[in-house]
Amino acid sequence: MSSYISKYISKIDFSLLSPGEIRKLSAARIITADTYDEDGLPIPSGLMDPRLGTIEPGRRCATCGNRLGDCTGHFGHIELARPVVNVGYAKRMLKWLRSICRECSRILLTDEQQVYYRKKFERHMEVFQEVDEDLIKEIYKICRKAKTCPHCSTERYSVKIEKPTSYYEETPEKGTKPMNPKDVRRRLEKIIPEDLWFIGINPEKTRPEWTILTVLPIPPVCVRPSITLESGIRSEDDLTHKLVDVIRINQRLRENIDAGSPQLIVEDLWELLQYHVTTYFNNEVSGIPPARHRSGRSLRTLTQRLKGKEGRFRSNLSGKRVDFSARTVISPDPHLSINEVGVPKAIAKELTVPIKVTEWNMEEMKQLVLNGPNVHPGANYIIRNDKRRIDLRFVQKRENVCETLKPGFQIERHLKNGDLVLFNRQPSLHRMSIMAHEVKVMENKTFRLSLCVCPPYNADFDGDEMNLHVPQSEEARAEAKILLRVQEHILSPRFGGPVIGGIQDFISAAYILTRKESFFTKGQAQLLLFSAGIRHKMPEPSTTDPDTGEDLYTGKSIFSQLLPDTLNMETTSKYCRKDACEYKQEGGCIKEDCPYEGYVKIINGSLISGVLDKKTFGAMQSKSILHRITKDYGNVAGRIFLDSAVQMLLVLIIEMGFTMAMDDFSVNRNTQNTIQEILQEAAKQVDKYIDAYIRRDESILPSSPGHTYEETLENKVQDVLQKARTEAGEIATNHLGIDNHAVIMTKTGARGNTVNLSQMAACVGQQSIRNQRINRGYRDRTLPHYKENDLSAEARGFVENSYQRGLTPTEFFFHAMGGREGLVDTAVRTSTSGYMQRRLINALQDIKCEHDFTVRNAAGHVIQFKYGDDLIDPARSDHGQAIDINALIAKTRAYKPEASTSEK
Amino acid sequence: MMATEPATEQYIKQALTYLHEREGVPKELCMNLIDRCNKEKFSKDQVDYLVLNLLKSYEYSKIVPSEAVGVIAAQSIGEPGTQMTLRTFHYAGVREFSVTQGLPRLIELVDARRNPKTPIMHVYLEPEYSDTEDNARQVHKKIEETRVEKIASEVDIDLSEEVIVIRLDPEMIEDKGIDIDETVEKLKKLKKLKVRYEPSEMEIIVETSLDEIPIQKLQKLREKIKKKIIQGIKDINRAIIHKDGDEFSISTEGTNLEKVMLLKGVDKNRTYSNDLHETVEVLGIEAARNLLIREAIKVLEDQSLDVDIRHLMLTADVMTRMGEINQIGRHGISGAKESVLARAAFEVTMRQLIDASIIGESDELKGIPENVIVGQLCPVGTGDINLYYDWMRHVESR
Repeated sequence: MSSYISKYISKIDFSLLSPGEIRKLSAARIITADTYDEDGLPIPSGLMDPRLGTIEPGRRCATCGNRLGDCTGHFGHIELARPVVNVGYAKRMLKWLRSICRECSRILLTDEQQVYYRKKFERHMEVFQEVDEDLIKEIYKICRKAKTCPHCSTERYSVKIEKPTSYYEETPEKGTKPMNPKDVRRRLEKIIPEDLWFIGINPEKTRPEWTILTVLPIPPVCVRPSITLESGIRSEDDLTHKLVDVIRINQRLRENIDAGSPQLIVEDLWELLQYHVTTYFNNEVSGIPPARHRSGRSLRTLTQRLKGKEGRFRSNLSGKRVDFSARTVISPDPHLSINEVGVPKAIAKELTVPIKVTEWNMEEMKQLVLNGPNVHPGANYIIRNDKRRIDLRFVQKRENVCETLKPGFQIERHLKNGDLVLFNRQPSLHRMSIMAHEVKVMENKTFRLSLCVCPPYNADFDGDEMNLHVPQSEEARAEAKILLRVQEHILSPRFGGPVIGGIQDFISAAYILTRKESFFTKGQAQLLLFSAGIRHKMPEPSTTDPDTGEDLYTGKSIFSQLLPDTLNMETTSKYCRKDACEYKQEGGCIKEDCPYEGYVKIINGSLISGVLDKKTFGAMQSKSILHRITKDYGNVAGRIFLDSAVQMLLVLIIEMGFTMAMDDFSVNRNTQNTIQEILQEAAKQVDKYIDAYIRRDESILPSSPGHTYEETLENKVQDVLQKARTEAGEIATNHLGIDNHAVIMTKTGARGNTVNLSQMAACVGQQSIRNQRINRGYRDRTLPHYKENDLSAEARGFVENSYQRGLTPTEFFFHAMGGREGLVDTAVRTSTSGYMQRRLINALQDIKCEHDFTVRNAAGHVIQFKYGDDLIDPARSDHGQAIDINALIAKTRAYKPEASTSEK
Repeated sequence: MMATEPATEQYIKQALTYLHEREGVPKELCMNLIDRCNKEKFSKDQVDYLVLNLLKSYEYSKIVPSEAVGVIAAQSIGEPGTQMTLRTFHYAGVREFSVTQGLPRLIELVDARRNPKTPIMHVYLEPEYSDTEDNARQVHKKIEETRVEKIASEVDIDLSEEVIVIRLDPEMIEDKGIDIDETVEKLKKLKKLKVRYEPSEMEIIVETSLDEIPIQKLQKLREKIKKKIIQGIKDINRAIIHKDGDEFSISTEGTNLEKVMLLKGVDKNRTYSNDLHETVEVLGIEAARNLLIREAIKVLEDQSLDVDIRHLMLTADVMTRMGEINQIGRHGISGAKESVLARAAFEVTMRQLIDASIIGESDELKGIPENVIVGQLCPVGTGDINLYYDWMRHVESR
């Protein structure tokens, strides 16, 4: 596979083909409107003429003599009996016709104007290296205003177009007079090259009359291959169909002209030829019916082939289908490192890596060949020095092939453990959507990945599929290893913090492990440390069990074993109450003594105080422990920390057991009654407001500025009900207690929020559509069994029950209404934000930071003189700063000069 | 040892100023650290250690040449888009207005729309007007657009008398602080009408004569009178005074930055409008760039999405670098690209190719998409670097 590119394309020029060039390019003049004869052989001078290239394997091209894969095809041509307009240029052509004299074809500018504009034009060209399109528009406007030609004094007639391709001239004598393409062409031919720039044509490359076709190029057959269906029927490509039409009409037109048919018939046929050529170029031209297939499907002609998402540009040139790739469902494997991916054996046997056979790996390669394509660490192909490829599936005696193995051969061996592959989940919204993982070949049929890499891929396991690509060259592998590995992407360029980190149960477990009530016996501590891969290292026991006298270890000290010895940091956890904390109000945070364990402090690699939760251990959190470790100790240290922490927490949570069930949300009768009371109170309050609304009693319900009275009521009611739900939720949560697993999950940030919790335990609350209480359905009521204009909480979608208790049918219905809005919203959002992202990427993709640290676009224009004003790469920063001051101070504080005098 | 003794303030200052001046470490960072170090009472050794670490960190966090910063910025802004809300919320920031937020607003910004859905201004006041609500009200009444219909309880055509009667609403007059004489004067200017005021009836009477004016025209005139602005600035539909700390300021629905800035008592340094194009016209392109960044940050922060400011700065710089606002998309940046292929691969493929053939453009293949299309290495990242290997020298040295 290792070949180097010997040729680079440095420039692509765009221009029109002249009729002469088309003829010169042509390998065959096509006259017959047929494709194949009865025997299935291409008809000479037909559309499938063998000189146009070959599409059948085995047959050689009549022009270049190459076979299917090597012949790129050759153009043919048709001589059109009468010229026709190329639709793409029809509108421009109109402008040209309007800008030139109908007699002398000179531009309708006076000599002085010409000098002036030419100068201006050249100046713009010099400065910006591009055509000044505004100037051309200006010239066009001036020309349109001209009454007579400044050169020959002919009166100017106005030219009209009838979409898409017919031109008319308004003559004072005869009224509207049609101009046929021949007339148009004659005028365009006469334009002198000096005038061409004024109408936006580059005289060095193009002549205006070439937009009117006298010769039509016929694309090679490989552009429009015919497909043989299973039934043996040949099905031709849409382009071929269209070309058949063009040729047929062209022939008829020629015959009629030759036979001296009446003008009318000739013109009709001419128009028909124009129609066919037009639709050949673009079958979606407005004003004419699209050409259709026999089945009624409209034909996919040239423009349609290139245009849009499924067009050539976006789906075949900017993006391509690739070999060496696989796709399957993903599932979790908590025992994998973040750097790894589990690959099913069946896929590993299909995907290959090319390996050069050398003297040194001969034995290994021989074994691979011996194993063949069906035994796992085997090989699928051998490529000999003469570039011949041997497919091991069809080799009878692999032993024999094995003996012929020589250095220089290439073996395409199966994917095996340790190979680097690229792993991707769509939509690929950011660079972390494609990362390199190390292969681990596994049983079963899904890709396995570590739970910690779910956030960057935004993956879950409800049926998600992912793609895998195997790099084939040494350069690609090196690049993947250095730049694309998961560990290199722990820190996100989006916000300068880790995108990877603990999620869900790992966060719950981290909390359980590190909270101050957690003590472990020596056996438990050893199990935890062992699972994290820590050997020969135990923390000091902190206390002894009062009953058994056994040594006890705190969770904090066990967790500390994972931290680098020199790590120092201070931060707060989610448990910190911030400004609501009573100690803060009483004169400052009490730090290490915080009873809520909100103050996290790590000194010299040991966790002194504070509990771990989402803020300190979760993904997408800047200032987490993982962030600090990754930045200060490198990506490898970060990866090791996360992997081993996950292993430890996994064992812990399995040993402890951590579940959530219906029972976890049942509240006792007393609590239920309290909740009921709160809700009833709220309902009463709502009724009071409704009553006031009806009577328009401003003393109870004062109207708020900028709102109608109705809106005032709605806002008030929503406020009341919202408050009631929150209150009920708080009561239920308090009842459940802080050791309830669901409560732990919400408080640590592992999953869910307080709203979810109170909805399950206390009251689901108000259902809304577009931020309003439900008000649709019947006229003035939501459901038929309510009174008209019933504004009460119940009739407008307030769900009083909790999920645990169950919803009444009406409540369920309202809930479904509210729920649907969310689904619709998500669907709309993905498409609009997808388009925004596409546009952003397209606009910014050429922009890079140069070696002088300026930011420039592809044209070399400076966009920023210094990237981000301070040269700091967000991905390597501490939440946008070059360095985290607090971390640096903490680190310095713990620095003991005596310990390391040698450092400098 | 000398090194363990506490570092003097001067020592700290010297070390950190050196970092700033010689090594280019951001000034703010160094100043901050000087303060912190002084509080911590570090020893000289510790200060040395800190300086070393800072320098190492700073060098590490520098951008790598050839990094595709544009793509990173685009992804960093685009990716959170999926997590944003679509709806327009009431009560966001300004309680009484609805403000476009979230994804729609972000799209509005990158599109550089001419007419934002909810144009809004924040008018800050000079100290003498911002201290009390009454003082603020003085400016307020000059800002809010007040039309005749707003202060009138009725505008009637009296057919028998052949006049148009404007019955004033005393409450509104009071509320808006309307000078009635002035109103009369303003109405007089409208088509040179005869206008008089009847204080006893609280009526303004506009005299017409049915002989001169047909009835339909009279009705039209009535509408014209109703819509006549008698006070305030055009396009400012509503203005609300609110209090931030001790300061009173005004926010408005609808914008007219130029006129508002000319008012007495308005703090011209802080007052802004959220309309990009208006800002360009009134304050210039740099102001628009800042507004763009500020608005984008606000959108993202409201949704509690964390995006580095550098990405927004880069996007804003790209949009404003030509001295006018260019939208992100086919009518702006993407349409102005040099490469034909890059434009064709984005949108309106055929037009790009057709136009290119007429002008005789050539594609120099300097950008990313065109190189992807032709199947070559892209000049970005690792593809931007060429390694030349002098094979002959290698052979000779053997």
